[in-house]
Amino acid sequence: MWQLTEVHSCLSRMSREQLVVQQARKAFLTGRSKPLDFRTQQLKSLKRFITERQKEITDALKRDLNKSENATLFYELLGLEGEINLALSKLSEWAAPRPVAKNLLTISDEVFIQPEPLGVVLIIGAWNYPISVTLQPLVGAIAAGNAAVVKPSEVSAHTAKVMELLPLYLDPEMYPVVTGGVPETQELLKQRFDHIFYTGSSTVGKVVMEAAACHLTPVTLELGGKSPCYIDKDCDLKIACRRITWGKYVNCGQTCIAPDYILCEPSIQNKVVEEIRKCIKEFYTEDPKTFRDYGRIINQRHFKRIMALIEDSTVAVGGENDESQCYIAPTVLKDVVPESKVMQEEIFGPVLPIVPVNGVNEAIQFINEREKPLVLYVFSSSKKVIKQMMAETSSGGLLANDCLVHFTVSDLPFGGVGNSGIGHYHGKYTFDQLSHLRSCLLKKLSMERVNQVRYPPHSAEKVRWARLLLLKQVNLGRWRQLAHAAMLAALAAFVIRRFLR
Amino acid sequence: MESQKQVIERLRTAFRSGVTTPLHFRLTQLQALLTLLEDNEPQILEAMHKDLAKPKFEAVLSEIDLVVNDLCYTISNLHNWMQPSYVGKNLATKLDDCFVRREPLGLVLIIGAWNYPLQLIVAPLIGAIAAGNCAILKPSEVSKATEQLLSELIPKYLSQECYAVMCGGAEETKLLLENRFDHIFYTGSQAVARSILQAAAVHLTPVTLELGGKCPCLIYGRLDIKAGAKRLVWAKFFNVGQSCVAPDYVLCTTEMRDALLPAIKDALEEFYGTQAQQSPDYGRIITDRHYDRLMELLGKSEGKVVIGGDGVKEDRYIAPTVIVDLKESDALMQEEIFGPILPIITIESLDQGISFINQREKPLALYVFSDESRIVTTVLERTSSGGFCSNDGIVHMTLPGLPFGGVGASGMGSYHGRWTFETFSHRRGCMLRGWGLERISMLRYPPYSERRLGWLRWATTAKKKGWGGCSVM
Repeated sequence: MWQLTEVHSCLSRMSREQLVVQQARKAFLTGRSKPLDFRTQQLKSLKRFITERQKEITDALKRDLNKSENATLFYELLGLEGEINLALSKLSEWAAPRPVAKNLLTISDEVFIQPEPLGVVLIIGAWNYPISVTLQPLVGAIAAGNAAVVKPSEVSAHTAKVMELLPLYLDPEMYPVVTGGVPETQELLKQRFDHIFYTGSSTVGKVVMEAAACHLTPVTLELGGKSPCYIDKDCDLKIACRRITWGKYVNCGQTCIAPDYILCEPSIQNKVVEEIRKCIKEFYTEDPKTFRDYGRIINQRHFKRIMALIEDSTVAVGGENDESQCYIAPTVLKDVVPESKVMQEEIFGPVLPIVPVNGVNEAIQFINEREKPLVLYVFSSSKKVIKQMMAETSSGGLLANDCLVHFTVSDLPFGGVGNSGIGHYHGKYTFDQLSHLRSCLLKKLSMERVNQVRYPPHSAEKVRWARLLLLKQVNLGRWRQLAHAAMLAALAAFVIRRFLR
Repeated sequence: MESQKQVIERLRTAFRSGVTTPLHFRLTQLQALLTLLEDNEPQILEAMHKDLAKPKFEAVLSEIDLVVNDLCYTISNLHNWMQPSYVGKNLATKLDDCFVRREPLGLVLIIGAWNYPLQLIVAPLIGAIAAGNCAILKPSEVSKATEQLLSELIPKYLSQECYAVMCGGAEETKLLLENRFDHIFYTGSQAVARSILQAAAVHLTPVTLELGGKCPCLIYGRLDIKAGAKRLVWAKFFNVGQSCVAPDYVLCTTEMRDALLPAIKDALEEFYGTQAQQSPDYGRIITDRHYDRLMELLGKSEGKVVIGGDGVKEDRYIAPTVIVDLKESDALMQEEIFGPILPIITIESLDQGISFINQREKPLALYVFSDESRIVTTVLERTSSGGFCSNDGIVHMTLPGLPFGGVGASGMGSYHGRWTFETFSHRRGCMLRGWGLERISMLRYPPYSERRLGWLRWATTAKKKGWGGCSVM
């Protein structure tokens, strides 16, 4: 069935993508996305979408990733709902002018930072948590007063189909959904946006940034990499392994912040393997293949990719697989060496390599020889070890003694550094990332006589007074501030008399 | 002589050693930078005079003092800025520590510009040092004397292991950009910015781009003409109009223009005398090439020159010029002027003025002169720009509390004061959990059940009541 945009695009010889972006820009220029009422109403409609279409969403995710209904509710919708609620309750605070500390010279002026919409934002989603990573940025885009073009991942095809229902809930011109594959995305990237928000791989991230460069468009790139997980000798191994098992095999390891590989001392390797084995059984039963709460690999291409990675390593747990179902059992590899295939790229699957290292110093060295990861995990009962890890490494985020959960704290900026990404979001951070924070100074034309010091012609004396009055910044305690105010008043009076023409 | 790659490798090794991270090191380097400025003020002024005939007053205020103030501000506050900021905890996370750390990025590249050759290199450097990075400085080769001076002084005062100055032109910069940096800070033109962004994309390097554009100055409504004209003239002809935040052109009604012109003439005479070329307080155009560009624009313009218009090539002097009766399509309205030529475009209404502004690229700064606050507010609400200032020009960028930067074609990112420190830092979200409350954690493990989900939804509903941003996991 032909959409109206397709008809228009045919008639005007513009690509569908070009037309959609043009319409979004037109909608933005009407100014209707700016008032807080509009933004609130759209956020509430987005909330209605996820409530009313919950069945369609959970069905789609079951078909895309074999995600069980509860898993979808828990891992996708709960967080998204939380973000919408936070934005609704804080919107007026976030959008209000932010006062800036004044100094003696700006005491009679208004100095503040005004958050403003950027314009038309492009949001490119990913397939692993298709609802969450596509719509959470949308929450911030709406809250900040922008228009947004939403491009869900075509790899999670069923979820993309459900997102086509968004225009029934949101302003359809302001927040269009564009589905399609690589050609459609490339066409979109040729258009001019005021910000591009991309979640996905580093390889494509570079392509997105290069396309953005043509229009000087700022970007937020939520990428990935190999997130290391160091298990210290001194820790509660039982609890650590339980949390790691949970973090690793959720969504079949297809999580950008999944612990990619473990670093631990050889002496505890076997115990780690055993504990993880026990937890796998506890969580996913003896036969994860038939268990409803264990997922599948998204498609055959990724299935083959992951299976190829484990070829040259020793399987300690799992290894069973079924290509016809894209099923890979929860797998642990032991005695993995840095040169092995599984250590060359982000696994993004239910395969957990253990790389033996001799203590925290070697672990830190290992980590620092590689690209900065999206998250770094450290399991230790020693505050000293945790502090050392924190001080001597760099990563998007850091989480001690658990996995994944830092993602849920809206007050923490979520994003990468170096190869794992540019920019961050969640909560107020999304709002700020998709806003322009405009510096404002409102002066009056009065008090002109004081300004005389800065005008030419400049005498040596004037230069001295100007230096003293106009720009000397001092960080003063309250008393000294009062004393200076008095002095300033006296000086001003003197200057006025001296330089008055 | 070290090659580019050798310098980069040396600085990276220094960064990896962790030497730039401690507060003490950063403060020592910042102090050294302060000493550099204090010890060498006459030489710096001399160099800027050679490059731009910059009047001492301007050089002192807009280059040295601006940077010294930023340095002092940073030195006093650095310890605070470096502290982790703890985020709100609620019932569920009482046993956890959630905080944001500011961490160094690594090796950063700072590319300066010629119009404020000291400020535009040193102000970013302050933040780069404060944030614990190593830095390569690439001053503009166009302002040769300052470039030379910086390449002598920086290694003399700052750690040579951690900071280096690289000189050269477009070719050398291109080669430099093939290397990987952890942040690139560029001040300059849009055309070059595009190629910098493209080079950055190869390594996924974040950038700050301080660009330019045409900064409009809307003058409307009731107004103290004399005061307004003075501030306008001061802001426009400061550094002979070669400021990224100079008011590029004026928008006002015909009546306003007719009232302004004599006031502008008076202000010019008051500031620079009847022959600006004789005034020691009036600068010069940076190079012959830039002089030619400006005179060509003036030649192509179809407007009427009402003040100035003349130039002396040997001196690179262009008189303070005001030009009226221009159309939108005029040569002077097609690119950023960056010189002492002020077009005045007449409008019939405030709406028309606002439309005019909005039809163009978002500027780095937007100015409104009016005694009526309603007009100021209307323009503020209906336009977008990097920064906004009413009833004055340029000065908004001297306040360290305000982020200075562009939006859209005028740039991305911002700096000054704490904002420079933040620009050159990575904000790392950290969460330190304990081993306790494992029973609560168990609610999240498979097999997933309705009952467990119910408990978790209840716990996360606490968020709605404004208990903070953490959910129970």
